[in-house]
Amino acid sequence: MTDLPTDLTRASAADLAGALASGTISSVEVTQAHLDRIAAVDGQVHSYLHVDGAGALAQARAVDERRRAGETLGALAGVPIAVKDVMTTKGLPTTCGSKILEGWIPPYDATVVSKLREAGLPILGKTNMDEFAMGSSTEHSAYGPSHNPWDLDRIPGGSGGGSSSVLASFQAPLATGTDTGGSIRQPAAVTATVGTKPTYGGVSRYGLVALASSLDQAGPCGRTVLDTALLHAVMGGHDPMDSTSIDAPVPPVVEAARAASVKGMRIGVVKELGGEGYQPGVRARFDESVALLEELGAQVVEVSCPNFEYALATYYLILPSEASSNLAKFDAMRYGMRVLPEGVDAPSAEQVMAATRDAGFGPEVKRRIILGTYALSSGYYDAYYGSAQKVRALIAQDFDEAYAQVDVLVSPTAPTTAFKLGDKLEDPMAMYLNDIATIPANLAGVPGMSIPSGLADEDGLPAGIQILAPAMKDERLYSVGAALEAALVDRWGGPILDRAPELGAAAAKGA
Amino acid sequence: MTTVATDAVMDYDEAMTKFDPVMGLEVHVELHTATKMFCGCPTEFGAEPNSQVCPVCLGLPGALPVVNEKAVESAIRIGLALNCEIAEWCRFARKNYFYPDMPKNFQTSQYDEPIAFEGHLDVELEDGSVYRVEIERAHMEEDTGKSLHIGGATGRIHGADHSLVDYNRAGIPLIEIVTKPMVGAGERAPEVAKAYVSALRDLLRALDVSDVKMEQGSMRCDANVSLRPRVGEPLDEAQLAVPLGTRTETKNVNSLRSVERAVRYEISRHAAILDGGGSILQETRHWHEDTGITTSGRVKSDAEDYRYFPEPDLVPVAPTRETVETLRGTLPEPPGLRRKRLQSDWGYSDLEMRDVVNAGAVELIEETVAAGASAGAAKKWWLGEPSRRANAEGQDIVTYAAGLGLTPAHVAELDGMVAAGRLNDSMARQVLDGVLAGEGTPTAVADARGLELVQDDGALEAAVDKVIEANPDVAAKIRDGKVAAAGALIGQVMKEMKGQADAGKARELILAKLQ
Amino acid sequence: MSSLSRDDVAHLAGLARIELSDAELDRMVGELGVILESVAKVQQAPTDGVAPMSHPMPLTNVTRPDVVRPSLGAEAVLAGAPEAEQQRFSVPRILDED
Repeated sequence: MTDLPTDLTRASAADLAGALASGTISSVEVTQAHLDRIAAVDGQVHSYLHVDGAGALAQARAVDERRRAGETLGALAGVPIAVKDVMTTKGLPTTCGSKILEGWIPPYDATVVSKLREAGLPILGKTNMDEFAMGSSTEHSAYGPSHNPWDLDRIPGGSGGGSSSVLASFQAPLATGTDTGGSIRQPAAVTATVGTKPTYGGVSRYGLVALASSLDQAGPCGRTVLDTALLHAVMGGHDPMDSTSIDAPVPPVVEAARAASVKGMRIGVVKELGGEGYQPGVRARFDESVALLEELGAQVVEVSCPNFEYALATYYLILPSEASSNLAKFDAMRYGMRVLPEGVDAPSAEQVMAATRDAGFGPEVKRRIILGTYALSSGYYDAYYGSAQKVRALIAQDFDEAYAQVDVLVSPTAPTTAFKLGDKLEDPMAMYLNDIATIPANLAGVPGMSIPSGLADEDGLPAGIQILAPAMKDERLYSVGAALEAALVDRWGGPILDRAPELGAAAAKGA
Repeated sequence: MTTVATDAVMDYDEAMTKFDPVMGLEVHVELHTATKMFCGCPTEFGAEPNSQVCPVCLGLPGALPVVNEKAVESAIRIGLALNCEIAEWCRFARKNYFYPDMPKNFQTSQYDEPIAFEGHLDVELEDGSVYRVEIERAHMEEDTGKSLHIGGATGRIHGADHSLVDYNRAGIPLIEIVTKPMVGAGERAPEVAKAYVSALRDLLRALDVSDVKMEQGSMRCDANVSLRPRVGEPLDEAQLAVPLGTRTETKNVNSLRSVERAVRYEISRHAAILDGGGSILQETRHWHEDTGITTSGRVKSDAEDYRYFPEPDLVPVAPTRETVETLRGTLPEPPGLRRKRLQSDWGYSDLEMRDVVNAGAVELIEETVAAGASAGAAKKWWLGEPSRRANAEGQDIVTYAAGLGLTPAHVAELDGMVAAGRLNDSMARQVLDGVLAGEGTPTAVADARGLELVQDDGALEAAVDKVIEANPDVAAKIRDGKVAAAGALIGQVMKEMKGQADAGKARELILAKLQ
Repeated sequence: MSSLSRDDVAHLAGLARIELSDAELDRMVGELGVILESVAKVQQAPTDGVAPMSHPMPLTNVTRPDVVRPSLGAEAVLAGAPEAEQQRFSVPRILDED
């Protein structure tokens, strides 16, 4: 039995779960501690778009009662969680960071949310994100960016920057994410937290507002590998409401995280991910981690995936194409905002749709919708969308060949540490490059994880290492992640987030 | 915009001397599965607005489709019944366009990978000849919602102030059956079109996959028509080699009669334009049942770009050959063969059978015979008053009878009453009138109206005696062997009995007394 | 091919039902040009004889039984509607029949 810190918000989810199970603390206490923390610091970090204090406490009370009544509860029962605003929550606003959905209250829960509720995790609120998950910084949120707790002038990553900053600022012990091209892993890397994109189909997509259906995957976010595994086990599993859901049990991720062993594993360093364009401090931390893995008994080799060179281009054709179609439903007819065009007498449905979509979508969303519309349009389909689908097959083939040689692949998660808010906002291509290392996994459907690798020497900001495994072998991520995490924490002398600056009234910025 | 000048049309026969028509028919059939194509919402017709809607069929953010297993089976069975190949692997695609009655602003359909393709349906025409319709494809898709147009004249879309949308129909499974260009029909093109839709309807009904009620929209037809110059007989090689003309697509053709009329109208309209040196605009036309004309709809332009791509939220459909063969085993007897068998069972002449088929009464007669009536009587009753009235109402006999609650069991009951001597023919007609008027079962109507042949021989005998006494000269003729004269007396006896007597019995009595 | 004119972008915006302002159009033309140049790289990949990949996992025949599940109910369905009338979604006038 681990001793809990006096500040419950500093405890890991696993430790909180243990204390809750033993009756040392109640879910109401834990939930209230986090609500207090939110009240104290979210004005600076802006992680949440909506906080549901009353709802969270009601859920906490219900779990405490069930526990008192002697019910057998799930491993994380009573541990509060933050939910990315891309997941529908019955009775709670769901905006996806977009004006077009402002005030929309879904009449149904996403499958993942239902699972959280059934497992007894009180939902603290909904976390900020780039609009419809398009971005790597949360700067594309219609409700203003979230801030990186390591440096409030910097981005917390994106699109899941609300969830990553929630964890790094101790406003929740766990959070959910979705990852279409890196939206779980890149925010984890730049905030020194942990995030997993499971195998495509490993977690239900029902109730996730779709960005790109064939790339989207929901996953767990935590501060430790074990916490992330515990949440993965709750979120994952087959869902008959999602045709692309894998009909198989969740891989043994918790067992793997607890065993934390890489002995005898073959680990491949992807030659194409980590060279030019990667910040020296990021590379240095990555190289150290690889050396540590070798020390821990893994066999490390370099592996080449030649078609990864085309991954970014492929991704920025497939994603906008699917997104242009997925986002067509936001048309002011059935839900969401309705804007009448100015200066038009008795406007038609068509005009109202066009005016609403112009007013309701931000510039990045419009850019991608129009790019996707082009890539699918007759005469250009073969050159763009068609070619991209072929390259996608080549990238999947690269993975297959790599996994014939090694058990997992590793690379830096993101090429740089967190950049300053505003730095890349005017340069879409520069923003897109943040996902260069994370995108191949989404294209091939394989699982990936990011864990902290340390702080870059040049700026003292967190860097992440990405671990990739073959499809449906998600447990390997946790074996490697937990083993490396233990070695790194040992080397650092404590969790890396202990080194993050304190957020206090003194540090308050105009947020 | 709402006032459309009536287009010039050429006399049909004249048009046929100058042009050769080519048709293509697209029929949309709503499957009568219990649930929608991609979600578990019910599909009942006529439910309260927006009461059969869920996140999936309303296209709410986050919702995902899952294919209805029964709909796929129905699609395969339809494909097999149309002699199609069944795809070993095919996908759904998204057809992207914005329209308020389509919740996702894309229709989940099939594009270049239909579940069934390359088939044919042999269609029997009124004169007994057979036209083979080549089937291009049958594919699965989903229906849209329904709009009410408010504030304009007579609920039309033009001039409406706003519209009200009910999404109950959105997501109901549809199978679209597309023919290849139908050539060589010549002047019989309109008849062929109608016969095809009729044969397709019979086939789908026999498959028990759809209600196929055109008036409720569960079967809808779009008719493509084009003309090319006439250079010979319809089936001459030279004629078949002439390139196809520009086509128009007439939508909203929702009865068998309309199919024939709309095709005929478009042929005459095209002919007038082409003959006057004009050219046909490739466009959608709307059929107006009331006025019997088509009006211009949407022009098919390059701006129409559906941006099809494989539906990423659904996985491919790959029916195993075992599945296909199992489904083939569930196919009903093909309607054509079935008709031949029934005709022989019922002992109908070719002409009689054709009358029954054209009246759409095959199933009704079959059920009536099964309920105990003779084949002759079943035909007589169904093709009589009910058929006449259905025609007058512009409805098919099945729908008409169902609407009035007249069942095959009723007709069999009526026939039974005649056979048992309870009713004579004219009384039976009155009973049928009563049933059609909603007065209940034949027995109930006969009881209520007091229609029953008098079985009391005493009363009949008294009437006979009375009539003989009153007509001594006629009686004398009969006594002299002029049996034919009995007719005059029978008439009077029936009058005496107020019609409620068996004329055969009256005749017997008269003859017995006078010979 | 990998550059778009202002008219092209306006046409695409029309297809996508987005009423872009003139300023937005101007900006979009430039940005899309840069992005298109970059994504056109897919055309250089060795894709001869490669089958396109539409789905990341090779699943087939995922269906559900034809069994009714509860619908939402008209009240819940219409709760989020911008406008409703006669238990239906009220939408502005529709220009043309489909």
